[in-house]
Amino acid sequence: MKILVPFKRVPDPATTIRILPDGSGIATDNVKWVINPFDEIAIEEALRIKERLKTGEVVLMTIGQSNWQEQLRTGLAMGADRAKLIVTDKPLDTLTIARVIAKVVAEEQPRLVILGKQAIDDDSNQVGQMLAEILGWPQATFASKLEIEGDRCTVVREVDGGLETVAFPLPAVVTTDLRLNEPRYASLPGIMKARKKELKEIPIESLGLDLTPKLRVKELKAPPKRQAGRKVGSVQELVKLLHEEAKLI
Amino acid sequence: MAQILEDLDYFSLDDLLTSEERMTRETVKQFVEREVLPEIETHFAAETFPLQLIPRMAELGFFGANMKGYGCAGMNNVAYGLIMQELEAGDSGLRSFASVQSALSMYAIYAFGSEEQKRRYLPQMAQGKLIGCFGLTEPDHGSDPAGMETRARRDGNGWVLNGTKRWITNGTIAGVAVVWARVDEGIAGFLVEKDKPGFTSRNINGKFSMRASITSELTFEDVRLTDSDRLPEARGLRAALACLTQARYGIAWGAIGAARSCYRTALEYVKSRKQFSRPLAGYQLVQNKLVTMLTEITKAQMVCLRLAHLKDQGKMRQEQVSFAKRNNVGWALEIARMARDMLGANGIVNEYPVIRHMLNLETVNTYEGTFDVHTLILGRDLTGLSAFD
Repeated sequence: MKILVPFKRVPDPATTIRILPDGSGIATDNVKWVINPFDEIAIEEALRIKERLKTGEVVLMTIGQSNWQEQLRTGLAMGADRAKLIVTDKPLDTLTIARVIAKVVAEEQPRLVILGKQAIDDDSNQVGQMLAEILGWPQATFASKLEIEGDRCTVVREVDGGLETVAFPLPAVVTTDLRLNEPRYASLPGIMKARKKELKEIPIESLGLDLTPKLRVKELKAPPKRQAGRKVGSVQELVKLLHEEAKLI
Repeated sequence: MAQILEDLDYFSLDDLLTSEERMTRETVKQFVEREVLPEIETHFAAETFPLQLIPRMAELGFFGANMKGYGCAGMNNVAYGLIMQELEAGDSGLRSFASVQSALSMYAIYAFGSEEQKRRYLPQMAQGKLIGCFGLTEPDHGSDPAGMETRARRDGNGWVLNGTKRWITNGTIAGVAVVWARVDEGIAGFLVEKDKPGFTSRNINGKFSMRASITSELTFEDVRLTDSDRLPEARGLRAALACLTQARYGIAWGAIGAARSCYRTALEYVKSRKQFSRPLAGYQLVQNKLVTMLTEITKAQMVCLRLAHLKDQGKMRQEQVSFAKRNNVGWALEIARMARDMLGANGIVNEYPVIRHMLNLETVNTYEGTFDVHTLILGRDLTGLSAFD
């Protein structure tokens, strides 16, 4: 079974993010870039499905600049078979990204697309859902368990207050939650093998899509600094403040 | 700028690494963070080696990573150095295990073994199914291996081995020992499997350093060997010393990892610890220590990266390895002591990794050529006059 895993490159979660003085974006000098952690879970799941079924192909894709190759190579080193880099230096909104992925789906014809439920940088949580809509495929979001039997897929989803099990026919789109699996590290032999795997660059213009964003980021602001706490003299005073000032009770 | 300080890459040396080298470092770093750090203090306290990590390290391709063929990853020497650096950021004992398995035991077979020996041992050793150890040092011969007393006597078509080797990492868990012994024509290397009659080993306990590492004594009493147990290409002490050069190369890198862990711990600590109502980091004496640490770690990084490139080009001199081992380990130990001091009383408890690194580095400063012996090697290189033989 062919599985497509689209991923996004994001700043390492451990990186201290600084916003540019004009609020147009984040400072990217000296930022360490990684595969979006939820997408990394998607790669791991795709590899596990392939290992379980003992057949198939895992294809990675991302949309960005030429130097995003490094993250694609990391995915190939984890065990994916080949990769596609849709090259652009323009910022794209979520709908455009979903449309670009849909184009690749049309060409690759995977039975399953697995991607993270959201990217940890902008937390949009939209691409998987939009992609399913464009393709007219079933979707299962926030997967914490995934099973495939023949041409059917069963996914356990994490929803408020419990778990929901959904079953649907393939092809389909699945987005991953945190507890689906723990991604492997790229082994050293895997890193050496990745050298020889196919990594194709495709200029985004060749896809023939309208890339004009419908959405524009106007400004980024750092969250307000946390205020220092203060001590209260009695329970009465605390209750009074919670009621009158914090308006919590 | 904040990020540079967290990653301790003050001169953007990362830009000089290939993506494969960075990926390799990332793999080892994650392995250490997730699988080593959570349990290393327990092993250090109990004076045990985390044996369960051996198959994991093998699976990830850490053993013999810079060798080609025989199931080894075939990486370059920058990647190999980065593996050592990240392992030692975890614990010097863990890096010692990898050094002894790769740079001493596997390398001895790789460089001086017969094709048959390579095929028999190296794939199993790369897979971590067979552990190696390296018997050169003796109870009475450390810095002067040429004086070794272990002897292999010709007996018909075979050999009879007698002697004692001491301070041997992995000795009691090794399936095969690379043993150096005096023969009529000089020094020769032998591969002694653990079940050979007359070969015994025991652990040396009571260490205050390298507690998460196995240190042993090997005894050979009339151990009978054949010609096929001898390393055919190992002629003279030069062969043993070539193995040490490999190990020292990795140690020079490893020391950076231990020093970095101490520096980071100290930096975090002095920023949050307040005395006289302001952070320790705001005091001149403390800043002076931090700057010294940063400077010396950065210099050590530069030396190692250049050394790696020379090694990959086949131009590395053993004196350059002595320079790097001596400088980097000497400074790592000094940095660990500074960090220990900066943490005050907290610097002596295992809630922080500093005291463990500091104690370990005392060993690292001594083994594989003491700091002073490397000084003499460099002195000889500069003057042409040997001060030690």
